[in-house]
Amino acid sequence: MFINFTYGYIRIYSGRRRLMTKVTLEVNGKKVSKDVPDHTLLSVFLRDNLNLTGTHVGCDTSQCGACVVHVNGKSIKSCSTLAADIEGSKVTTIEGLAKDGKLHPMQAAFKKTHGLQCGYCTPGMVMSAVDLLQTKKNPSDQEIREWLEGNICRCTGYQNIVAAVKEAATKM
Amino acid sequence: MASLVGSRVERKEDTRFLQGKGRYTADINIANQTYAVFVRSPHARAKIKSVDTSKALKSSGVVGVLTGKEIAEDKIGGLIAGWAIRSEDGSEMKVPANPPLAKDVANFVGEPIAVVFAETLDEAKEGAEKVKVDYKVLKAVVDPAEAMKSDAIHDGVDKNLCYDWLLGDRKAVDEAFAKADKIIKVDLINNRLVPNAMEPRACVVDYNTASEEITLYTTSQNPHLSRLVMSAFGGVAPENKLRVVAPDVGGGFGSKINVYNEEIVCSWASKKIERPIKWVAERTESFLTDTHGRDHVTHAELAVTNDGKFLGFKNETIANLGAYARVFGTVTPTYLFGPCATGVYVIPAAYSNVKAVYTNTAPVDAYRGAGRPEATYTIERLVEKAAMELGMDKTEIRMKNFPTQFPFKQTLVHTVDSGDYVAGLEKAKQMADYAGFEARRKKSEANGKLRGIGVSSYFEACGIAPSAAVMSLGCGVGLWESAEVRFNPTGQISVFTGAHSHGQSHDTTFAQIAADEMGVPIENIDIVHGDTDKGTFGMGTYGSRSLTVGGIAIVNACKKIIAKGKRVAAKMLEVNEDEIEFKDGEFVALKSNKKKTIGEVAFACYLPGQRDEMKSPIPEGDEPGLIESAFYDPPNFSFPAGSHICEVEIDPDTGNVKVEKYTAVDDFGRIVNPMIVEGQVHGGIAQGIGQALHENTQYDETGQLMTASYMDYTMPRADNFPEFNLGFTCTHATSNPLGVKGCGEAGAIASPPTVMNAVIDALGGQEISMPATAEKVWKACKSIKKSNAKAA
Repeated sequence: MFINFTYGYIRIYSGRRRLMTKVTLEVNGKKVSKDVPDHTLLSVFLRDNLNLTGTHVGCDTSQCGACVVHVNGKSIKSCSTLAADIEGSKVTTIEGLAKDGKLHPMQAAFKKTHGLQCGYCTPGMVMSAVDLLQTKKNPSDQEIREWLEGNICRCTGYQNIVAAVKEAATKM
Repeated sequence: MASLVGSRVERKEDTRFLQGKGRYTADINIANQTYAVFVRSPHARAKIKSVDTSKALKSSGVVGVLTGKEIAEDKIGGLIAGWAIRSEDGSEMKVPANPPLAKDVANFVGEPIAVVFAETLDEAKEGAEKVKVDYKVLKAVVDPAEAMKSDAIHDGVDKNLCYDWLLGDRKAVDEAFAKADKIIKVDLINNRLVPNAMEPRACVVDYNTASEEITLYTTSQNPHLSRLVMSAFGGVAPENKLRVVAPDVGGGFGSKINVYNEEIVCSWASKKIERPIKWVAERTESFLTDTHGRDHVTHAELAVTNDGKFLGFKNETIANLGAYARVFGTVTPTYLFGPCATGVYVIPAAYSNVKAVYTNTAPVDAYRGAGRPEATYTIERLVEKAAMELGMDKTEIRMKNFPTQFPFKQTLVHTVDSGDYVAGLEKAKQMADYAGFEARRKKSEANGKLRGIGVSSYFEACGIAPSAAVMSLGCGVGLWESAEVRFNPTGQISVFTGAHSHGQSHDTTFAQIAADEMGVPIENIDIVHGDTDKGTFGMGTYGSRSLTVGGIAIVNACKKIIAKGKRVAAKMLEVNEDEIEFKDGEFVALKSNKKKTIGEVAFACYLPGQRDEMKSPIPEGDEPGLIESAFYDPPNFSFPAGSHICEVEIDPDTGNVKVEKYTAVDDFGRIVNPMIVEGQVHGGIAQGIGQALHENTQYDETGQLMTASYMDYTMPRADNFPEFNLGFTCTHATSNPLGVKGCGEAGAIASPPTVMNAVIDALGGQEISMPATAEKVWKACKSIKKSNAKAA
């Protein structure tokens, strides 16, 4: 039994009411549309509904930044964003960064400077760093460190991540 | 052909990680999977009076609910301690049973009691909320220093004491102390840490009802060891019916060595409910149930002469094991700690006495460095204090007590094969501009700031480990490593290793080694690890062992490939085997200079028959194919060493400590990939600075974990650090053919005392405990002001 709502509908599901929402986004240049429970987080939407598992979840509390993606060009933490809340937006995930089989300058810089080890924080770190360089062209070491304050890495001690951002700044 | 070993080769694994193509356990989904949510004890210590699952079973989408009762009925075994440690009086250590789901008693907050499987994660969570557990709450034992005076939390474990262990000679130490001019004393707390790999633990289990095989995808540092434990002790399935896959793993730092409750429960349950199961920890579950690290309470003394010679050392430590003894839980505060507690010094007499106690907190096990950071913190705090009390320069007192001859028979256990501690410290002094410190201190002072400098010199025993040695000390397994090199007919090579990479870069460094050994392009080599169905047996990665043990197994397997290749090439070139030389990927007949590439030889190895004019290339007594394996058991530990120097500046108005300069000079023996080694050192130093200044695991008096999220537990972030200044000295290890020593743990071992020595130096010698948070430092600054005012 379905009941129409302003956006979405209530589904009577095994005797329990669940609000379902149709979410339409443009993700990595492709239009996608899915019916999901309306409390679905963007990170869950990307990982479970679109199988874009490059976006990682490290803390569930908006602290670690492994889940950072771009929404309409700006970095946000997808673990604390409702998918329905950004209806109609353009989303770029780590999977959408490389173009025509060529690494984005930030990805190439991380590789060159050994800015990653286990790779878990990396997608969020890269997406956050790309936004930094969009915001400020040639940031100082201190500005890079302060910008990346919302992304935790347990492996690298951040030194080579800072080096990667500086390297990318010469290419972007 | 240029050697790849020693070059800054970019990482093979990065291309997938950087594009979001890594495949971590939580990325895996299996058709028809159910979702598991665990019901966990909210109490640190409680009797479980009853567990009522009836409402949960009726909850929407719930497929099954299992409790400690069912797992006990199915005789599924629990988690184990991997090392048997004996007390000083010869008695065996006391180890309580640790069932995968607690049935009668819960012993720490977060201990799993029951598990709910449902069609969706939301439904599993709702189901878990409906499991009703009736507890009788008991008084929790939380403080390790009080544990021996408190109620026994486990039946049969008197005074909560697992063991009372002694290494060394008390009488000799007493004699040495009687001769001393001065006794330096410290009371230290080595703060409890949560390893916090960025990838939370997870497992996905698939039971195949036809083959009766269980496949467990899991976040493990050692999949073969997990399979062994689950099969031999858990009785979950026979080893040949249990496949453990640890795909990409997002950091471990020791917290992913153990087989955990969730892996055993989900594997067992998947067979029971005949559905695949997925479980992914939330961060707070990781905080509550991942094994923690450190947590020592130590009193240590150093007997010295007035001119700064060390005569004797004693160390009395209480180590907190948490609620249960786990795989490396009992050895970390004993054989990984005690022998290294005398540091890089000639100390004629020493002992370490460790009492390991159980408390109602999460189990404590290996965390990056495991025992050696605690050891280094103990001795290096003592040495720095000795320098201060004797009015000696802190580097001079160290130099004075360094061994100058190698091999160096260290006081308690180890014979250190190689090193040059003087060269390391000299280099560190130079790089840190040690001589210029006083001028910098004055400048800080003029700005109203307190500046301090700290030094620490360390060695560690890693490359874990020679089986004969560790098994004689109580280890339940040998700690060798295996490798297999499969040279395929078309020239592509798969190298299988029992080591596991969760950030260590094995795809690259192991390929560098194999490429050099066999003279083939690195692109032709794939490193395969992390799947018990693919590789031969292996012991996994911890204790800086991957390269020093696993890497040598690869070298040895490659040497066997070359040896067979020589025999085959000799037959192909119609010369004697001793006339063949192998160089840069070619087998050359020395007299005729005729050649066969290793690729041609490999191809020929798969063509054993005779055809027309072509004779079989396989010599008599040899088999077709070109696949060789090796099991390598090291003859000794390896002993990285070095000296680190740190400068901090303290703002007395806020108590904020700023790390101004950090210099590390390390000796890791031969370096395979400098870029990767530097990265390992950076990460280790950052974790050590985290311990010294930021991180602390806080339980309240009832055993509730107060620091169970990143909002309460301070993880170091990018703006907490300066740029680290690294240098290397190099004395090759003599115990292995590559001369390598291992580099993964050194940073975390050396940096806590280096930073704390600097902080205490800035505070004019006032002792302060880790982490030196702004609050503690501010209070210390205030008390200094007061005492200065009094003196004036």
